[in-house]
Amino acid sequence: MTRQMTGAKMVVQALKDQGVDVVFGYPGGAVLPIYDEIFQQNDIRHILVRHEQGAVHAAEGYARSTGKPGVVLVTSGPGATNAVTGITDALMDSIPLVVLTGQVPTFMIGSDAFQEADTVGITRPCTKHNWLVSDTARLSDTIHQAFHVATSGRPGPVLVDIPKDVQFARAEYTSPAKAKVSHYQPQTKGDLDTITELVEALETAEKPIFYTGGGVINSGPAASALLRELVEETGIPITSTLMGLGCYPASGKNWLGMLGMHGLYEANMAMHDCDLMINIGARFDDRITGRIDAFSPNSRRAHIDIDPSSINKVVKTDFPIVGDVTQVLTDLLEVWKSRGRKTNREALETWWSEIENWKKVRCLAFTQEGKTIKPQYAVARLEELTKGHDRYICTEVGQHQMWAAQYLGFEDPNRWMTSGGLGTMGYGMPASLGVQVAHPDALVINVAGEASWLMNMQEMGTAVQYRLPVKQFILNNERLGMVRQWQELLHGERYSQSWSEALPDFVKLAEAFGCKGIMVKDPADLDDAIMEMINYEGPVIFDCLVEKHENCFPMIPSGKAHNEMLLGEASTKDAIDDKGAVLV
Amino acid sequence: MSALHIKKGASSHSAYNLRPTFSDAEERHTLAVIVDNEPGVLARVIGLFSGRGYNIDSLTVAEVDHKGHQSRITIVTTGTPQIIEQIKAQLGRIVVVHDVHDLTVEGPSVERELALLRVSGGGEKRVEALRLADIFRANVVDSTLDSFIFEITGTPEKIDAFADLMRPLGLSEVARTGVAALRRGN
Repeated sequence: MTRQMTGAKMVVQALKDQGVDVVFGYPGGAVLPIYDEIFQQNDIRHILVRHEQGAVHAAEGYARSTGKPGVVLVTSGPGATNAVTGITDALMDSIPLVVLTGQVPTFMIGSDAFQEADTVGITRPCTKHNWLVSDTARLSDTIHQAFHVATSGRPGPVLVDIPKDVQFARAEYTSPAKAKVSHYQPQTKGDLDTITELVEALETAEKPIFYTGGGVINSGPAASALLRELVEETGIPITSTLMGLGCYPASGKNWLGMLGMHGLYEANMAMHDCDLMINIGARFDDRITGRIDAFSPNSRRAHIDIDPSSINKVVKTDFPIVGDVTQVLTDLLEVWKSRGRKTNREALETWWSEIENWKKVRCLAFTQEGKTIKPQYAVARLEELTKGHDRYICTEVGQHQMWAAQYLGFEDPNRWMTSGGLGTMGYGMPASLGVQVAHPDALVINVAGEASWLMNMQEMGTAVQYRLPVKQFILNNERLGMVRQWQELLHGERYSQSWSEALPDFVKLAEAFGCKGIMVKDPADLDDAIMEMINYEGPVIFDCLVEKHENCFPMIPSGKAHNEMLLGEASTKDAIDDKGAVLV
Repeated sequence: MSALHIKKGASSHSAYNLRPTFSDAEERHTLAVIVDNEPGVLARVIGLFSGRGYNIDSLTVAEVDHKGHQSRITIVTTGTPQIIEQIKAQLGRIVVVHDVHDLTVEGPSVERELALLRVSGGGEKRVEALRLADIFRANVVDSTLDSFIFEITGTPEKIDAFADLMRPLGLSEVARTGVAALRRGN
C-alpha cells in the first residue's frame, strides 16, 4: 500500500498514530489544509477555544491530569504569538505539549507576508525544542520526533512550524515504528553508587526529610506509589512543593504540608533544621529556598532529578542522582531493603516530637466571624464538601492559589493543575477545560481570583459549546490580592493599581454565556451555594464575595530564611528590609 | 563519594562532574560542542548564553562532518566553577547537541586562533614590523607600498602579544577567527 499523502493528511495521520484523541486549537489561513483534514475524520476530537493562549493552557490541563502529551493546533503569526505564554508556562512546569503552528508558504518566508512571524525564532527559548519543516517528506518523521522529545527526559513543550505549501505537497508517510531513532535519549537510571551512599546517609540521619516536587508527578503514578512506600517504611517526614502536591496523600501520617514562601510553618521549620534533605523531582526554586545562604544550613542534600542542569544550579548537592524518579526510587528501595531496612529510630522519634511542637503553632488557623466570608473559610468549606468526589482542582495565580494549596487536600497525583514556575494569571480557566475533556465525569473546579479569571474568561464560551461542566470558584475580593498584600508589606500601603473598579456582575455574565451563575456573600449561605454548584450539571461561575483585605499567611518574606516566617498580621510590620524588597 | 557516571549521549553528553565545587574564582574554559548542523542551531547555543547571562569570550563554528551534518562549536567562556558546570549541563540539554567536551578539564589540549592584521606605515616602522612578524612566524599575505596584512596563527595570548607590538607600528585593523581547539593525544 502506498502511503503517499498530503502534508496536511500526514499531520492528522501522525497524530492518530501517536494515540492523540483530542486537539485544542483555533483555525486560520495558514492551517486551513490541516483543518480540512480534521473535518474529514472522526478519530480526533477538536476543541475550538476562543483564544490561542486558552488552547495551550487547556492542553496543559489535559496533559497534567492524564500524563499524556497535550496537542495544540494554531495558525501562523498571531496564532503562534498568542500561544507563547502558554508554551512558556509549560516549559517552566515541565508539561509535555506538542504545538503545531501554521506558517506562510516556504517561498514567502522572510518577506513580511500577511500573518507571518518568525515562530521558531520567537519560541526557541520557550520550547524544549522546535522545528520548521520545509519539506513534506520530513513532516511525519518530525512530528514523531516531536512527541518523543516532548515526553522523554524532563517533559516540556515542543513546536512544529508547518508552512502552508508543505501542507499541500504530497510525500511518503513514515509511521512511528519507521521513524528515525532520535539520538535524544536522556539518562533515566540513577548511579547506583550514589544511591547506595544516600541509603547509608538515610540509615543514620537524625533529622531527615523528603522534599518532593513536580518531577514525581511527571514520572508517572508508579513514582508516587514508590514514594509512598518509601515514606511509610522509613517513617521520614515529607513535604512537597506546589507542583508536587498529591504525590504523597494529604491524609498520610508523615505529611507536613506544602513548603516554601506560603508553605506550612512545620514544613519550613523542618526544612531549616533537617540534617538530611532528600529532594525528589524538585528544583530548589526561589519560592522554596527563601534566602539561599540561610537555606537549611545544617543539612546534607540529595537531589534526584532527570535533568542534569537542575543539579547544583542553585543549591550545592552532596548526593547528585540523575535519573527518572520511578527508576531511582525502585533502586533506592531495593538497596535500603537489602541492607536491612535500617533507620535511626530513636533520633527519628525525637525529630518527630520537634515537628509536633511546630504543628502546635497551627499556622493555618483562622477565625470566621461576622457577615463577611473569609477566603480561607471558603476554600476550607469547598474542601469539606468536595473531598469525597472524583475531584480535579485547577487554579489561577495569586492569593487564592496559595489558599487552595494550603486548605485543599490532595490524595492522588495528577489531580492538581496550577501554574507554578511562570505564575500565569489566566491559566486555570482554560486548564479546567482540558481536564474536563480528559475526565468527562469528574468534578473539575477552578479555584480562581476574579482578576486572574477575567484574563481568559472568554473560554467560558468553549465550556458552554462543549458542555464541559467546569466549576469556576471565584474568590472575589475586588483586588489583585497578592499585589495588594505586597504593597501593604513593602510599599507603605500605597495600593497602586491593585483595585479593579467596574467588575462585571458575574451572575449576569454567566447568563450571557449561557451557563449558571451563583453569587454568595453571607457565610451562612456558603455551604448551600457550594452544594448547588456541585449538583448543577453544567458549567458554573461561582462568585464568592470575600473579605477584601485578607492577607495570605504563613509567609516567608523576600530575602528571609525558612525560620523567619510571618505567621499573621501582628508580625508583618517592617518584616522585609530594603534588600528583600528588590526580590519578587 | 564517587563521581557521577553519566553515560554519553543525548542530554548527558559529557562526563561533567556534578559534585559541588566551592570556589568563587572565575575560570576560563574552552568547550567543544558537537551539534547537528541544522538551521538555528547556533541561535540555540548563543540564545542560551545570552538568555542565562553567561559569558562568551570567543565562539567559532563550522561543519566538520559533511556526511553526518555535524558542526563543531568551540566556545571560550569564563565563570565560577558552578556556572561552568551549569553551562555544560544547559548545553547538554539542547536536543541537537550530541556532545559537550570541556577541553580545559579533559586533559591537555591544543588551542589555536588565526588572525589577520593590517599594519600601515613606512620607513623604519615598516622594517620593524616585518622583523617582528618574522619572529612571530607571521606571514605577509598582502602588501602595498605603505601597508602589510599579516597572517598569524597561535594561542590567543600570542596573537594579543603580536597585536600589542604592532600597535605603535601602525596597526589599523584586526580580524580574528576565535579559538579552535582539540584535545592532545589519541
